[in-house]
Amino acid sequence: MSTDTTSGPEDSSVAELRARIDELETQLSDLEAEVGDDPKKMVIIATKGTLDMAYPPLILASTAAAFGYDVTVFHTFWGLEILHEDHAKELKLSSVGNPNMPMPNAIAALPGMDEVTTRMMRKRIADNEVATVEELIETSIQTGVDLQACQMTIDLLGYDEDDFFDGVTTGVGAASAFQEMVEADIQLLV
Amino acid sequence: MSSDIDATETLDVKGQNCPMPVVKTKQAIDDLAAGETLEVLATDSGSVSDLAGWAEATDGVELVGQTEGDGLYTHYVRKTE
Repeated sequence: MSTDTTSGPEDSSVAELRARIDELETQLSDLEAEVGDDPKKMVIIATKGTLDMAYPPLILASTAAAFGYDVTVFHTFWGLEILHEDHAKELKLSSVGNPNMPMPNAIAALPGMDEVTTRMMRKRIADNEVATVEELIETSIQTGVDLQACQMTIDLLGYDEDDFFDGVTTGVGAASAFQEMVEADIQLLV
Repeated sequence: MSSDIDATETLDVKGQNCPMPVVKTKQAIDDLAAGETLEVLATDSGSVSDLAGWAEATDGVELVGQTEGDGLYTHYVRKTE
């Protein structure tokens, strides 16, 4: 029975290895299934509330949704203005501190100049048949984009949850935004 | 506008700019059945590369043709699954 004593431990270590391989293969296929099933995710943090800065997050969000991504846009500070039902149509463009504007800062800072530059920009948007901010919000919500309004800044800026467009998610904070960012393939701060 | 591609539905996004041609194409494709083809009429010149890129990156759709003429860009997208 000398053969048994030498092959016995080997048999059991081979069996152990086989079992371990089976275990790892199961884990791998579980992981593959998990990765394969989950749609890709994008999270944008939108912090600006000027007319020009309202566009990039909304355009990217609706585009990513068309690519099959799960999209969350977390609006905080002035980004809340984009989701505010009354303020969204009155977003302004400032020419102060914007060297691309065809006027010097000293003139741009005069009272009423923001209205002038905003009117110019709105006319260009209409002339070029670019969608309005409200149209992009409506389209984003229709295509499943989760537009979130940060609760802390809603309170800070003295807004009410009812001030925002229907379909906007309220009652969310930094932790939920962070958690979504951890799981996301793309994270952007605008 | 001559084409030998048979489209099931037509989506008219003439006069609409980025990102609308892609976003509305996606919405219209969702309403089609597998094997059906969507014709997209656009005036946005950016829609040529946008729709091609979207179709390439999206499972279950195939860009079967693009034509242009007189400022009109016509795209044919087939739903494959």
